[in-house]
Parts: sequence; C-alpha cells; structure tokens
Amino acid sequence: MVPTSYYIILSAVLFGLGIVAFVFKRNVITVFMSIELMLNAVNLAFVAFSRALGRLDGQVFVLFVIVVAAAEAAVGLGIIILIARQRQSLNVERANLLKF
Amino acid sequence: MTLPLLMFFLLAALAVAGAVSLILARHPIRSALSLIVVMVALAGLYLLLGAEFVAMVQIIVYAGAIMVLFVLVIMLLNAGEEERTNLSRLAGPPGLLLAGALAAFLVTAAARSGQFIAAGGSEAPSGAVSTRALSGLLFREFVFPFELTSFLILVAILGALVLAQRENS
Amino acid sequence: MSFFSQHPFLVAALIKSALLLFIVLTTLAYLTWFERKVIAHIQSRWGPYRVGPHGLLQPLADGLKFLFKEDPTPAGVDRLVYFLAPFLALTLGLTSIAVIPFGPEPLRISGYETHLGIADLNVGLLALFAITALGVYGIALAGWSSNSKYSLLGGLRSSAQMISYELSLTMSVVGVILMAGSFSLREIIEAQAGRSAWGLLPAWNLLAGPFPQILGFLCYFVSAVAETNRAPFDLPEAESELVAGFHTEYASFKFAMFFMSEYANMITVSCLATILFLGGWLSPFPATPLWSWTHYLPSVLLAGFGLLVLWDGLRYTTLLGKIVLPGLGTVFCVLAGVFAAVPGVNHFIQGPFWFLLKVFIILFVYVWLRATLPRLRYDQLMAIGWKLLLPASIVNVIVTSFAILKWGAR
Repeated sequence: MVPTSYYIILSAVLFGLGIVAFVFKRNVITVFMSIELMLNAVNLAFVAFSRALGRLDGQVFVLFVIVVAAAEAAVGLGIIILIARQRQSLNVERANLLKF
Repeated sequence: MTLPLLMFFLLAALAVAGAVSLILARHPIRSALSLIVVMVALAGLYLLLGAEFVAMVQIIVYAGAIMVLFVLVIMLLNAGEEERTNLSRLAGPPGLLLAGALAAFLVTAAARSGQFIAAGGSEAPSGAVSTRALSGLLFREFVFPFELTSFLILVAILGALVLAQRENS
Repeated sequence: MSFFSQHPFLVAALIKSALLLFIVLTTLAYLTWFERKVIAHIQSRWGPYRVGPHGLLQPLADGLKFLFKEDPTPAGVDRLVYFLAPFLALTLGLTSIAVIPFGPEPLRISGYETHLGIADLNVGLLALFAITALGVYGIALAGWSSNSKYSLLGGLRSSAQMISYELSLTMSVVGVILMAGSFSLREIIEAQAGRSAWGLLPAWNLLAGPFPQILGFLCYFVSAVAETNRAPFDLPEAESELVAGFHTEYASFKFAMFFMSEYANMITVSCLATILFLGGWLSPFPATPLWSWTHYLPSVLLAGFGLLVLWDGLRYTTLLGKIVLPGLGTVFCVLAGVFAAVPGVNHFIQGPFWFLLKVFIILFVYVWLRATLPRLRYDQLMAIGWKLLLPASIVNVIVTSFAILKWGAR
C-alpha cells in the first residue's frame, strides 16, 4: 500500500513545476499547457484523498475538473488562434498594447 | 519493495520527467508530447489508486482529445522554436532558492501529515463496484452539477464557433 | 527469480504477450495477402499467384522488400517526432489486442490456470477506446514532422476524420453497455448467452434483448471503417496516390509500420464488433443435447480444409507446392482428428473457433467494402460523421434506454 502522503508530495511537485513553466515560458501555447499541468496535479490530489477518506466524491470532482478543462481549452485555443493571427507572433510579451 | 510501491515510483518518475521536459523543451510540440506523457503517467497512478473509470476518462478525454486539440493548434499556427529567455541576474538565483524552499516546506508538511490522513474512513470501493458506485453518486447527489456541465460544454461549443467565424461573413 | 515465483501471473502474461504478438504479426501479414486475393477475385483477376503456391509467400517478399529498401530521412524534419510517429502508431495498434478475450475456458498447464487473453480489465471496453483515442497522434505527428505542406494537410485531414468518427464510435456501443451492465468484455459476452425469439435465434446483442442493436451495429461498423481510414473513407490516405498524404515522406520500414498499424486497427475493430454485437465466442447453435453434434464442426471444417489443401498441392509441379502444401494439408487433418478425439481439447477450442470465424467474416466484409464502393469526398465524409452517424447513435442510446426501462435489460 502506497502511503497517501507520497501522492500528495508528487501532486505538489507537479503543481510547482506547472507554476515554474507558467512563469518562465514565453510561448502562449506552452503557458496554456502549464495550466493544464497544474489542473492535472490537483486531480491527482483529489483522487488520492478520495482513496484515503474512503469516499468517491473526489473522483466525481475529478470528472468535473476534466470537463471544465476541456471547455476551457477549446475556447482558450480559439482565442489564442485569433490573437496569433492579429499579432503575427506567439510570444506573450508581444501582446503588450495595453502596457503602461 | 512491493510491486505497488515499485509501480508508484516508476510512474511518479515518468510524470516528473515529463513535467521537467515540458519546461526545458524549446519547441512547443515537444512540450505537448511531454504533457501527454505526464497525463498517461497520471492515468497509471489513478489505476494504482483504484480509480479505473477516472483513469480511462483521463486518457480518452484529456490525453486523447484536449491534447490532440493542442497539438493540432501548434501544427496549424506553425509555432517555431522559442526564443531563449535569460534568467534575470538580480532576481533569478534568489527566486529559485525561494521556490526550492517553498517546495521543501510543502513536501515536509505533506510527509508529516501521514497520520492524520490515515485516520480517515474505510477503504473506498474499488474494482468493478467503484464504477457503479461512482455513476450512482454522479447521477443522484451530483446530478445538478452534471447537467450544468453539459450546459457549459454547449456554451463552449458556441463560443468556439463564434471565434472561428470569418470577419466578412 | 523469487520475484517471479511470487508473481506467476507476470510470467504467464509475458509468455502470452510474446505468443500473441507473434500470432498477430503473422496474421497482419497474411491479412494483406487475403485482401489482395479477395479484391483481385472480385475484380475478375488473379492477384498474387507466382510467389509461392497461391502467392502465399507474397507477404514474406513484401516484408523483405521493406527491410532492404533505402530509408532516406528528409531534410529539416524534427528527428524525434519523425521517428516517434510510426513507432507510436504500431505500438498502439498492437497494444489494443491485449484486452481482447479469445475464449471462455482457461488453459491449464502443470497446475497453473490462465485465461485466453492477456488482461481482463473491469473497464476493458473503455481501455480499447482510450487506445483508439491515442492513435490519432501517430497520424497527426507524422503529418507534421515530415516538413512538407502536403503531408501536413493530409495529416490534419486524417486526424480530423479520426476524431470526428471517434464520437459516433463510442456512442454506438453505449446501447450494448446498457444491456450488459458492465464495461468488462468478458461480462458483455456472457450477457449474450442464451436464446431469444422463442429459441430460434441466439441472444446476441444484434438480434435480441429489449431493443436489438441493429442501428448500433451499423453505426459502429461505418464509424469503425472511417476510424481506421479504410475505403470508402480513405481519401486522406488515397491522396497519397494522387498528391500526398501523411505518410508520403516515410520510406521503407517506417511506411511498413504505418501499413501494419492500419491492419492491426482493422483486426482490433473487428474483434470488438464480434464481442459487442455478435456474441464473441458464443456458438450460434443452442446448447441443448440435440445440437451437440455442432461441437464437431471445428474439426470437420479443419479436416475439410486440410483435404482441400492436400489435393490442391498434389497438382503443383514446383517442389515447394508438391511438398509443402500436402504436408500442411496432412497436418491440418491430423489436428482435426486430435480435436475430435480428445474431448477436453474439443471443449476448449469451441470458443476460439467461433470467435475467429466471426472476426474472419467481418474482415471479409471490410475487404469487400474496399473492393466495391467508390471513395467518399472529404466534405461528404465529415457530413456523414457529424450529421448522420452521431445523431443516429444518440437516437440508439435513447431508444435503448427507454426499452430497458420498460422491459428490463434481458
């Protein structure tokens, strides 16, 4: 039996790596993918706790997170395509028209 | 080293390797492939935790549909290699140090909390019973959020259609 | 070593995987031979008949050709993805055979009992769909990594087609899942045992239950043909004959890997159709003592086939035909005799025989479709997927649900 804390540590590590990717990467699609990585890390924590506490509510919540991530990815990528067409670049620092 | 523990370390190493590769890769398609590796490793971990329906949904929906969308968009937009970003000389090293300290703090907090979690409830139903119980939960206690997510997907479809329209319709 | 003796199922799984891999790869090769012969005979010609008797060594010749051909890598490709794509396609195509159960009776060797089929997952059906969903990557990445605009467009079209038909594929089997009450493939087959229509028809999902899944089967089969990029839905692939496709920049062995993955997907989808709609390993005859003579059908068919091969080999003048074919024929006859004589073996082979026969029939229909129907244009293809098959499969789910509510699942 693998202790639950192992899963939580792995989830925290993945979440941290997601934040690092979000801050350091410049391509807007990679930044979006780092958000998906963070969501996956949280899903792992949910399932691990669902197993530890003996209830299935965690898994139901994981299903909802996956559905919401799908909807978000669809609309987000549509917006990214439009922005890329407008600005001719996928660099997040080039979308700076509102910069002070 | 029992078999479940060995499987956990293998899958965890694969997931962390995928996440690190996502950060270090220069081309977005390699980041996308690394993220797919992370998702498949996580699906393996869900199977290890007895959540088989969630594992399969993770592969079918997340790795098999959402990431396909990412890969197709990267292919369509012809995203090239990224420009090199230089770590700031002033804030870089202290920032990494602080991030490492935060990570160490979280890890020790999680490791010490073992006895609190283990005092929880009985074993969750796993195996053939778990999918049946999960669906019972989904369609009885959580039926309202379930119907709301179908509405959310409809809104997302309409949004994507509107975004994809040409200007001179 | 003690690790393995503690977990004998690992050893058994490894041996079964190696054996099944060997069998599947040989079947793939001879499926190409079968396709070429059947299409040729439908088109009133002979097909391969020079390389070995009846062209039986043609797959071997093709394999050797693919191995020895020059394998150039185009300039400017992303090397990792270029090498990964065919490997991914073939691996996923072969992995899905692991969850398919081939027979009900377990095999008993020196006290250890193991079922036919490598893994029996509780969510076996979902695992198959998961592997199919990942199969899109092989094609999308191949099209992208070839550094060629035509490959990219072909790959995009092909992956868009696969994603669209995945929806109706998964929806069309929901009726079967509702009737069986489980995702496990073994339980789905076992739920189809018995008779229906006052004992005249077997209780397969296609023919029985509160709502016979005829619409489901049609939706599933058409979606499966489109999902595996086969005719008449093979425009993204057939464009390679005209302009380009996703595998245009791939040479000898990598192209062979794509080719093999397509046939492996075909076999997987046929096995799944057999399990879900045609009763898997269940015999179409009733299990009463009156019909116990049907238990000898496998041996009789095998003996007849052996005699045919033997008689056919005798009229060859070449050495290969004169010796090998009658030899094969005698082997088949002896095997048939063994099956009929030993009751334990006869009982064991009933399941796999009916399963393989049904899979063979569906593969024949696949090849028949390719030889007979003209190709669909891409917009017609996508229109059928989204506007015809998806609503039809949703209607199937709704009607099946109401039928089960009214009359119960069996």
